[in-house]
Amino acid sequence: MSSEIKLIREDGRRLDGRLPDELRPIKIEVGVLKRADGSCYFELGKNKVIAAVYGPRELHPRHAQDARRAVVRFRYNMAPFSVEERRRPGPDRRSVEISKVSREALEPVIITEYYPRAAIDIFVEVLESDAGTRTAGINAASVALADAGIPMKGLVSAVAVGKIDGQIVLDLTSEEDQHGEMDMPVAMVTRTNTITLLQMDGRVTMEEFEKALDLAVAGCRRIYELQRKALIEKYSESRTEEIP
Amino acid sequence: MYKIVVPGDFLSTDIRRAGEGTYVENGKVYALRYGILDDKDEIRVVPLSGRYIPKRGDVVIGRVEDIMYPYWVFDIASPYKGLLHVSEFPAKVEYGTMDRFLRIDDLAIVKVVNVDPMMRVELKLVEEFRPPLHGGRLIEVPHTKIPRIIGRNGSMIKILKEEGRCFIFVAKNGRIWIRGNERNVDLVAEIIMKIAEKAHTSGLTDRVTQYLRAARGGKNVVRNKAH
Repeated sequence: MSSEIKLIREDGRRLDGRLPDELRPIKIEVGVLKRADGSCYFELGKNKVIAAVYGPRELHPRHAQDARRAVVRFRYNMAPFSVEERRRPGPDRRSVEISKVSREALEPVIITEYYPRAAIDIFVEVLESDAGTRTAGINAASVALADAGIPMKGLVSAVAVGKIDGQIVLDLTSEEDQHGEMDMPVAMVTRTNTITLLQMDGRVTMEEFEKALDLAVAGCRRIYELQRKALIEKYSESRTEEIP
Repeated sequence: MYKIVVPGDFLSTDIRRAGEGTYVENGKVYALRYGILDDKDEIRVVPLSGRYIPKRGDVVIGRVEDIMYPYWVFDIASPYKGLLHVSEFPAKVEYGTMDRFLRIDDLAIVKVVNVDPMMRVELKLVEEFRPPLHGGRLIEVPHTKIPRIIGRNGSMIKILKEEGRCFIFVAKNGRIWIRGNERNVDLVAEIIMKIAEKAHTSGLTDRVTQYLRAARGGKNVVRNKAH
């Protein structure tokens, strides 16, 4: 399958120079949108995503309301210019699936019972994509939810792992995803070690799967620290500013 | 001086002190919200953001959004609507005449009497303020900033009222009604927006006092500097 293309160099590093267990550079900015209740801009290597959270707010149509809890809605959308070949705008099979699994990755931490009959809307827009946008979207949405003041049991962090040239590696790039043997996005609540999303494409042995999962958990923990840091920094930097 | 926590942060093992904005799991207290930790007696997390959720006893400023006999439906800057029954109105209101007393878009100061588990909000009028509110200006800030605008034991609002020479009504849902001389209202509204912006900084009260006094001393000079 991957006979012609070498994804791991002679020195054991990957094509972009990373070690097998290394993440791409991450940048997180909190509160980038003024009119949203919470927002976050997230960069993972060449991936650029922006998440906005609105709510809790009144839910229409009324028959969609739940008398006991808030309804969480998640929309994942890729910009037409986010990929090399222009993507036809609008939802497709893939983005509907990603919206569903991402919502289910975040729902377990949100205390929806606090807001009966309301809706919590999460929008994730992918501006540039280089494999791993669903995990970047979940990371961004999790921070945006916290920024919106939504009560949550913890932050959700997500990362993908995969197998390339017979090796288990963390955080695949687009080439590694296309020419590799396996791709597995994982989302988890780091505090409780609860996995809320796990998908896999490809074939691996049981041992390889376990190794991959361990690597993903370690990656999520590192991302969690960065998410937490970004949230805390939002309020500490402007502390010394003067009024007026 | 203060500590910012994010959801899921471990706070304490003393579950008896767990207060608002926290949750208990396996004998430990964790933060439920993103906010400032208050660890004095009770462990609380004071949120920095979020929508206003009505609570019994809150006094809020509502805007009539719809009239559905026998209720006026109020928008109270929240995901939930407030309902004011005609019997709460201090006059006899007949069917079909409700808009003679309160019309759509009228403002009223109302009190939350009850919130049921389905989050249906019952309101009553606050006697001192006969609806609808006339004149003045309504401004809106995030409701999480209201405690800062009031200040410790009302210190900030007292300064604003005295030095700003305006009537100011601060409601729990983030709406503030200011009435007075146009120039004073401009100044007070501007300062309130600034306080809301810098709510998490320390020493605000002193800075506000200075700013207000300076604005009084040489109006034009200071106003030019501010822009």
